[in-house]
Amino acid sequence: MKPIIIRLIFFSILFSKSFTVFSKTIYAGKNQKIKSINQAISIATAYDSIIITEGKYFEKNIIINKPLVLIGKNFPLLDGEKKYEIVSIKSNEVIFTGFKLQNSGKATMTDPAAIKVYNSKKVIISGNIILNSYFGIYIQYGIDCKIKDNKIIAHGTDEQQIGNAIHCWKSDSLIISGNYTKGHRDGIYFEFVTNSVIWRNISKKNVRYGLHFMFSHNDSYISNVFENNGAGVAVMFTNNVKMYNNFFIYNWGDAAYGILLKEISDSYIVGNHFSSNTVGIYLEGVSRSVIEKNIFEKNGWALKIQASCMEANINFNNFIGNTFDVGTNGTLVMNNFNSNYWDKYEGYDLNRNGIGDVPYRPISLFSMIIEKNQPALILFRSIMVTLLDKSEKLIPSLTPENLKDEKPLTRKINL
Amino acid sequence: MNKILKYVILDIVRNKIVLSYIAFLFIITFGVFNLEDNQSKGLLSTLNLVLFIVPLVSIIFSTVYIYNSSEFIELLLSQPLKRKTIWLSLFYGLSISLIIAFVIGTGIPILIFFPDFTGIMMIIVGVFLSLIFVSISLLAAVYTRDKAKGIGIAILLWLYFALVFDGIILFLTFQLADYPIEKLIMAISSLNPIDLSRIAVLLRLDDSALMGYTGAVFKEFLGSVTGIVISATILILWFLVPLYFSLRKFKNKDL
Repeated sequence: MKPIIIRLIFFSILFSKSFTVFSKTIYAGKNQKIKSINQAISIATAYDSIIITEGKYFEKNIIINKPLVLIGKNFPLLDGEKKYEIVSIKSNEVIFTGFKLQNSGKATMTDPAAIKVYNSKKVIISGNIILNSYFGIYIQYGIDCKIKDNKIIAHGTDEQQIGNAIHCWKSDSLIISGNYTKGHRDGIYFEFVTNSVIWRNISKKNVRYGLHFMFSHNDSYISNVFENNGAGVAVMFTNNVKMYNNFFIYNWGDAAYGILLKEISDSYIVGNHFSSNTVGIYLEGVSRSVIEKNIFEKNGWALKIQASCMEANINFNNFIGNTFDVGTNGTLVMNNFNSNYWDKYEGYDLNRNGIGDVPYRPISLFSMIIEKNQPALILFRSIMVTLLDKSEKLIPSLTPENLKDEKPLTRKINL
Repeated sequence: MNKILKYVILDIVRNKIVLSYIAFLFIITFGVFNLEDNQSKGLLSTLNLVLFIVPLVSIIFSTVYIYNSSEFIELLLSQPLKRKTIWLSLFYGLSISLIIAFVIGTGIPILIFFPDFTGIMMIIVGVFLSLIFVSISLLAAVYTRDKAKGIGIAILLWLYFALVFDGIILFLTFQLADYPIEKLIMAISSLNPIDLSRIAVLLRLDDSALMGYTGAVFKEFLGSVTGIVISATILILWFLVPLYFSLRKFKNKDL
């Protein structure tokens, strides 16, 4: 046995050596022989590495049209002078890492980005810093690409004047992980992107959405933080989305939502934390989905479930300190609430099994009224409304009969 | 006038109701702020307290006080004093003591926990509500000779402002649901000092985001200088007008 293993190791070393023989490393930079990145790319052959040293580079548009590894040492600065797309990747198997890019051009027709990937496979963009660009990282028709650990920061104020931080369009099998985005239009934008993972990103203070998600089936987003975005997170027209362990924090405003779900089916929302949002989750046209083991804390509305939703199963969640637990716009209820903890529950538990003996009705009369009749909001927090709600709780007549938790828990679930 | 005012205030303080009012407000406000982990929530609960308790205590205490001091008033009238002076002294005495009670009982905890413009606005609102309901109670008391009836009217008036009025507004919003009635409803609500105060304070809190489009309409109005001037004018009118009518009646009243 032993000689075979040794021989194998020997051959594998020989084999890997042979690769380094064929590919070379090119140094480019202010103090190197090759001064410009474009020149380095033009003399490089496929699978070469280019190491770019510290300095400021004004190279207009850098086009990477062969499989190369580009590594920035000490964050060389690539400046787009507010006119050009800084880096265009038009080849498979490109690795682009360790650069600082700033001031990409702005154009609504071509959507220039700091880094744009065109029709390519297996591109890795990692560890870059992108400042004040129109679009940050833009992937179109990308397959198997990774966007990792980038920091993308802009200072947008108007939706029309700035692009998205990470924009993915018509792509498949992407991994977006560990990025930090701030101040763009949307933090992460997904349209027609399938089989992808969004993992451990932080998306903060973006003008519109922290995450914008459309027609993107079979994706998951896990352990991300979406904080203080203009309108929270929107997930629309999508099947089979998995949303696990994300934080949706302080998306507060007249039209801000923790998550806005529209036309979603067969999806899972599990283990998320919704805290201080105007609306925790807004559901419209959601079907066959599971909302489980989430924490809803200090939201205006924890859930707004429109009557167009079907078979949404809302189980084992904690509802704590929300102004309204649930709001709805009709009397038709085809969703199930079971075994949640509601801090407003006032029932009793005679046999002490932790399950309340009286069903809990999470909809208050006033939240019904304002859903039908917006101007009635002028009575928000008035004494009469408090009295009405209390009497409705005792003798329910106007709130939907079926919207109730049959087995409300009397103790908070440890999540 | 100063002398009568002094007697009235001393008399009110001596009967201990105002002192217990201070204690009650102070304990409840402190309790509310300590119970809620969120200061803004604490302010909301205090707002409910201010809108509920302050008008109730002001209107009932003042009505009862006026009836109880009818002999004192008669005695004063036998002196060479203007009726106007006597009536205004009563009004000032009542409102000053109730306002001081409110400022100590609720104002101090608010300033401790919420020392910003919203907190100060709450205090201003409470002061106005005290003034307004003292003035309304004077009107109720001067128009009815019978004590039981007078107190009954005072309670009914409070019920009207605190509850019935909101019921009417709710009814109106449903009846006129097909029309853009935000501005109309705003105008009608400002006819009730309690509602006006509630909305003015509410719009300054985070919770106003829950009010959506309606909230935005109100915010646009109440946030503007004209809005502030108009609402302040309305609040001032709410105590001046009843006071004026009660004074007119008192001047010609056959005691």
